[in-house]
Amino acid sequence: MYRILRKENISDVTKMVIVEAPHIARSAKPGQFVIVISHEKGERVPLTIADFDREAGTITIIFQEIGKSTIEMGRLEVGDSFMTIAGPLGHATEIKNYGKVICVGGGVGIAPVFPIARALKEAGNEVISVIGARNKELLLWEDRMAEVSDQLIVTTDDGSAGRKCLVTEPIRELLEADPGGFARVWAIGPAIMMKFVSYTTKPFEVPTTVSLNTIMVDGTGMCGGCRVLMADGRAKFVCVDGPEFEGHDVDWDSLLSRMTYYHNEEQTAVQHLHGKDHKCRLDKAVEEGVR
Amino acid sequence: MSALTKKERMAIPRKPMPVQEPEARVLNFEEVATGYTPEMAQEEAERCLQCKDPKCSQQCPVQVDIPQFIAAVRDGDMAEAVSILKGKNNLPAICGRVCPQEVQCESGCILGIKGKPVAIGRLERFVGDYELSHKTLAMTRAASTGRKVAVVGSGPAGLACAVDLGRLGHDVTIFEALHLPGGVLAYGIPEFRLPKDVIGNEIKSAAEALDIKIRRDHVIGNTLTIDELLEEFDAVFLGTGAGLPVFLNIPGVNLNGVMSANELLTRVNLMKGYRFPAYDTPVKVGRNVAVIGAGNVAMDAVRCVRRLQAIRAGEDGDAGEVHVVYRRSADEVPARREEVHHAAEEGVIFDFLTNPVAILGDESGAVRALQCVRMELGEPDASGRRRPVAIEGSDFELEVDQVIFALGTNPNPLVFSNADDLKRNKRGTVEASDESGLTTKPGVWAGGDVVTGAATVISAMGAGKRAAADIHEYLCGLN
Repeated sequence: MYRILRKENISDVTKMVIVEAPHIARSAKPGQFVIVISHEKGERVPLTIADFDREAGTITIIFQEIGKSTIEMGRLEVGDSFMTIAGPLGHATEIKNYGKVICVGGGVGIAPVFPIARALKEAGNEVISVIGARNKELLLWEDRMAEVSDQLIVTTDDGSAGRKCLVTEPIRELLEADPGGFARVWAIGPAIMMKFVSYTTKPFEVPTTVSLNTIMVDGTGMCGGCRVLMADGRAKFVCVDGPEFEGHDVDWDSLLSRMTYYHNEEQTAVQHLHGKDHKCRLDKAVEEGVR
Repeated sequence: MSALTKKERMAIPRKPMPVQEPEARVLNFEEVATGYTPEMAQEEAERCLQCKDPKCSQQCPVQVDIPQFIAAVRDGDMAEAVSILKGKNNLPAICGRVCPQEVQCESGCILGIKGKPVAIGRLERFVGDYELSHKTLAMTRAASTGRKVAVVGSGPAGLACAVDLGRLGHDVTIFEALHLPGGVLAYGIPEFRLPKDVIGNEIKSAAEALDIKIRRDHVIGNTLTIDELLEEFDAVFLGTGAGLPVFLNIPGVNLNGVMSANELLTRVNLMKGYRFPAYDTPVKVGRNVAVIGAGNVAMDAVRCVRRLQAIRAGEDGDAGEVHVVYRRSADEVPARREEVHHAAEEGVIFDFLTNPVAILGDESGAVRALQCVRMELGEPDASGRRRPVAIEGSDFELEVDQVIFALGTNPNPLVFSNADDLKRNKRGTVEASDESGLTTKPGVWAGGDVVTGAATVISAMGAGKRAAADIHEYLCGLN
């Protein structure tokens, strides 16, 4: 059904897969996402589309193994299939010639910012990209980002690659060096990073688009689990109103708090996975012993 | 048995439906009502007076020939009963379970004037189940017309439309956004009211017999636009329902522990969250929970909560509380009586004439309490119901750690992306003819909740069938 044609281990915990999904590839646009279910008992996991190839009928997804579902996704190999991929979902990024823009990617967020940077470059923008991660191992697609950017700045928290700083530091420097020169900023990465990128750009009054990845079940506007509060008190649904929002309008504290809601259950699920593994190995040992 | 007098028939008491006892059923998600045996069904069928001018059929949105199918049950000819019932309703096992019979067919039954109406819904369910296990009726397809129809949404409206068009020989493809077909039947209605096997089997047998293709994971509006569908298909039917949940505009709606009934029900039903961690989707249920609203969706939510609380507590533990918070009185409750009765038996607490005004949180951002105000009924409002008015100074806090909104839904906006020529009303519903379902966009019909706003399964099916008839006429006129 949704067969994996290629797989790449970007780091120990970051995996990239290219999957057969012609109906999605033909309509996917930068900024959109898909919902992936690995198997019959799996969760519906929203993941941003990192790339797509209309002719080959494939899409690229990149994910970090954090919870049970993503760990299981990471175990699938070339030739295996996902049970479901639905999409593309959400609104596409509004691509036009804005002038001079900054594209920010943090960790696995570098992957979905790539097609946006590429499209912005193709639309005639001057693209300056800032990508960062905790360490060198968690960085990805430096070469691809460099290809579509007029300038690429790399940062790591520990200094193992690029500058030793957070992404916000070079962003502030860029904005200070050319006040009024930047038309827009895109930032995709962990919520906490997007929050601080938004705080950094706010005093310069540069519109800042963020792509939110909240708790979500169906992804089609039905459950309301993905709702996010705007600073003016209005609630929006990430799946049908987003996933992109103006970062200066987001109530970040409420968003960060809501994202912790299922933490205990996520841990239970991971323990369950490891527990099951344990039993599996035990079963195997018993079988082998019988033989 | 068949020669009873009218008086004798009227003297037969209405056959009760066997049910799981409340203490047992709160510990599982299995069906509450376990169904008639053939003997029970025949005894109940004996009560029917076989009226010459049957009001029951007139009260049925799809006009099932009710006295005829009941006569067949009475005579023990179940295959004949199936054939009569399915002549009008292709999903009897589903409708027999979820239709509000008391306000439809059964409200027209003459026996109901002095006593209790014939249990038409239970008999329908019996016949539907009989067919699922006995397969007496091969659904037949007319010769292929070569015409292609896209049906968007696999809920009650879409299924009814697809099946009728399939029988007429058209080539039907259903597009479903989720990974399982059934729409609200799959994600919204709990297993204890409508088992997933019943939906799955009823859809599967129809799709196989009529060669209806179901393309899952297709979000129309995004994966394909309506215009793209019109390039490939001769006609399009929109039965996308009303899925977008409504939240009250009160302080605290974004606190941890606030969710829509749809989210709870989707986690529980579609994703089998009640079996977490064997299934991966978690569902969280508070120690003390408030469900706001008193419609059927609220009853489904509150009864799911009750079960999850009881299962967590075990047989002797303290399960906690779950409240239905409703601003009007018990007389105005929109949910089916039977569901309210079942919920009360299961230990649900009803707080009538109570209006929530704010959700209060603790320092961690989690729900701590629901602030409410007591109401009294004033003069009738536009809906004809007496308007609830707040009693001044009656504020109080209901101590809960979870708040679930069950206040209705609006049509999902996704399907309308890139379809500006599809006219919509102020409430966001599609403008379509009542009789034919035809919209303002050529080649496009619509029916069910996407047109009417949230309503019942059978009314959506009725709309799907009316649209199918009109689409058929349209397709026959094409060269």
